[in-house]
Amino acid sequence: MAIFILRRLGMMILTALCLTFIVFWLTNLYPNLEKLAKSEGNFRMSEEQVQSWLDKNGHGDPLLVKYGRWLGVAPGWVYEDEDGTVRGRCIAPGAAPEDSATYCGILQGYWGFSTVFKENVGTIIAERLSLTGKLMFWVMVLMVPSALLLGVLAGMREGSRLDRSLSTFSIASTATPEYVSGVIFIAVFAASASPLNQWLKENGLIEGRTLFKGTATSAMENATLENFLLPVLTIALYGMGYIARMTRASMAEVMTSQYIRTARLKGQSFGNIVVKHALRNALIAPFTVIMLQFPWLLNGVVIVETLFNYKGFGWTLVQAAGNNDIELLLGCSVVAVVVVLVTQLISDVGYVFLNPRIRVT
Amino acid sequence: MEALTWTGNLAVLNPILGFAFIALLACTAATIIAGFFVTTGGAGNVATVARTPADVAAVALNWSLLAVVAVLAAYLVGGLLMPTPQARGIVGQISYQFMPVWIALAITFALSHLFRARLGLWGKLMGSTIGSIGAAIVLFWVFTAFFADMIVTHDPLAQLSGMKNKVPGTPLPAPEEGMFEWYLLGGDNLARDVFSRMVAGSWEVMQIAPIATLFAFMVGITLGVPAGFYGGMFDTILSFIANLILAFPVILLFYLLVTPEIVDTGLPSYLAAVLFVFPIIFLVVLFNSKFHTQPTQNSVILSVILIGGGVLYLSLINEEGGVLDFIPRWMDLFDVPGNILIVFVSVVFVNSPTVFRIVRGIVLDIKTRDYVAAAYTRGEGPWYTMLWEILPNARGPLIVDFCLRIGYTTILLGTLGFFGLGLEPESPDWGSTINDGRKLLSVYPHPALPPAFALMSLVLGLNLLADGLREESLKD
Repeated sequence: MAIFILRRLGMMILTALCLTFIVFWLTNLYPNLEKLAKSEGNFRMSEEQVQSWLDKNGHGDPLLVKYGRWLGVAPGWVYEDEDGTVRGRCIAPGAAPEDSATYCGILQGYWGFSTVFKENVGTIIAERLSLTGKLMFWVMVLMVPSALLLGVLAGMREGSRLDRSLSTFSIASTATPEYVSGVIFIAVFAASASPLNQWLKENGLIEGRTLFKGTATSAMENATLENFLLPVLTIALYGMGYIARMTRASMAEVMTSQYIRTARLKGQSFGNIVVKHALRNALIAPFTVIMLQFPWLLNGVVIVETLFNYKGFGWTLVQAAGNNDIELLLGCSVVAVVVVLVTQLISDVGYVFLNPRIRVT
Repeated sequence: MEALTWTGNLAVLNPILGFAFIALLACTAATIIAGFFVTTGGAGNVATVARTPADVAAVALNWSLLAVVAVLAAYLVGGLLMPTPQARGIVGQISYQFMPVWIALAITFALSHLFRARLGLWGKLMGSTIGSIGAAIVLFWVFTAFFADMIVTHDPLAQLSGMKNKVPGTPLPAPEEGMFEWYLLGGDNLARDVFSRMVAGSWEVMQIAPIATLFAFMVGITLGVPAGFYGGMFDTILSFIANLILAFPVILLFYLLVTPEIVDTGLPSYLAAVLFVFPIIFLVVLFNSKFHTQPTQNSVILSVILIGGGVLYLSLINEEGGVLDFIPRWMDLFDVPGNILIVFVSVVFVNSPTVFRIVRGIVLDIKTRDYVAAAYTRGEGPWYTMLWEILPNARGPLIVDFCLRIGYTTILLGTLGFFGLGLEPESPDWGSTINDGRKLLSVYPHPALPPAFALMSLVLGLNLLADGLREESLKD
């Protein structure tokens, strides 16, 4: 088991290195650097001026060297200006070059400096991730129990009317991407022009103009049902259908197994069979699925945070990508890649733990 | 001109629809609650058992559902029969505009039912309710894309003054001679017709999604079959690369591939040059492995594929003034607009690793079967075994996944549009239209809703179709 986990960890680190290198390469392609030089310097720079700006700021070196610096395994660049001041990757403005570290990169905990937010990337990402964490927590609280409930209810009597209607619901929810359900939710519940809100207003059932709010910006400090339900619901709905379908398939399979028949024959009640006998075995497969949903949820987070203007991790990623903020984008992709890989690892290891029939050699 | 009402002369039916709808909701709730507590009686069983409340609720549910569907159908059929747009109302007029689609759908379904026995999987699909509903929705959008020019009421790009953000059914202030005099689903924030944009958007989706999925399948099959069959180093490396791409968050990948700066470097064009070779490789290997014992026939088939496919390939990747511009003008048959090519490439790139993994898994399973061993014993080569013995037997799950994947590709295209990546901002595709509409969503919800529902219904149709296909292919 330990060797299995170690091998998976090794593979994970290799994958993470490859992925970050690809992102590093793509973000450091010349047109991106040229745009960076022009936005940081001035927009009328000539070709030579761009080149010299890049050289002065450590962007002119070979790609591998730059990647090493960013990672923290190569010494940071140092450049002496004409007037004698020494600047460098590891030298904070105003600090003496002698006091600064030689290596500064991800490994040393320095994530770079964001050109859009004018702040350390590490600080920005920590702050935004905590906001997204709040969103994800509520998504999980809403999504996992209801998806499991739907799946178990549908799978316990396969082919029944309940099964068919719940299955249709799960198919419909997987067919509705976040940007569609989000738009529909806003139009119905958060638009003052919607008939529902007008009706509620006329009858004095709501104080404001709408039932829910169409933006979640205020939820960053103070999350209430009014400003937070719609974004949470939007993300949860898309993932819910898939988990429910997997749970249903697994539940239906368990319900046809021999030991359930035995339980029936010895006269157990149906409810007892479902809760005490079937449920535990039926929930092994959904565990993997829930874990593997994280990468998808990441997508949903980006869409929903953009749609509802909730300034979390996904919103930051869009801002970084849209404004050519190279170091912030790199930081975001590190986080995204690590989230994906760690959940894959947890799902593999957890599956082995939960399912005694699987043995790792 | 007066504004159009929603249902025109058929407004008498509105209260009926309201009652039927409330009844439907009540019955659904009752059925679900009854489903928890009461077991169903033996309706139709040999032993006569008294009907339980659950059965009664279920019967009522069926009837109320039928009533809702009937009233909705009445609006649509009524639209076809009424004489003027005012009498038809918005819903009726939309139904009237879709006339070519209804006719095409009726013909397709009539023929399919007539020749059910001879149509194989498609014929069987007509026997399943879910499957035929799915097929009807998908075909509806396919025909809509096909007849888009006949259905639209206005030019989807034309901006008519005075129609900015107008609600559905608003008449044009100064209609020209012969112009349709209303905006059926209102105007968007640039005073364009929402209805026409939605209809034109279906064409944007239909020209990219199925073909991109097909290409992704070509790439996935060409790499996945040998990877599963041979295993070893080749498999390890390819699986590693596939996992690498799959571990990328899709949106990050899109942002990295589709931004103008990256497009300037020509990266998507090179990627296109690599990805589009795969169909040709696939076809060449496919036919060569079967016909290599008959040299004359083989050389004819291969030269047709290589010359035909080669010219298509070169015209596809060659772009005037782009990074790949090396063949003479006369050979360049057509030019795919740069934007569409980039969107196409990134969607294929994102989809092919998943297809690769699915194909590889199926091949790993099938290669241990007896008929594969039999082919070996007969002395067939490895490629013949892979492509003519294993692949045809993997078609069931692949067809199902193909349907699901077109839906997923549609969602991806919408995502690209939603972030304003790839397609030009004017484009009427659904993702971009939703993105345009969302900015003023809380004040003017109407421009964003039609494309949202269109996208949802198409993906839903594809999912239902896949579900029906899966059920039917499991019956074999």
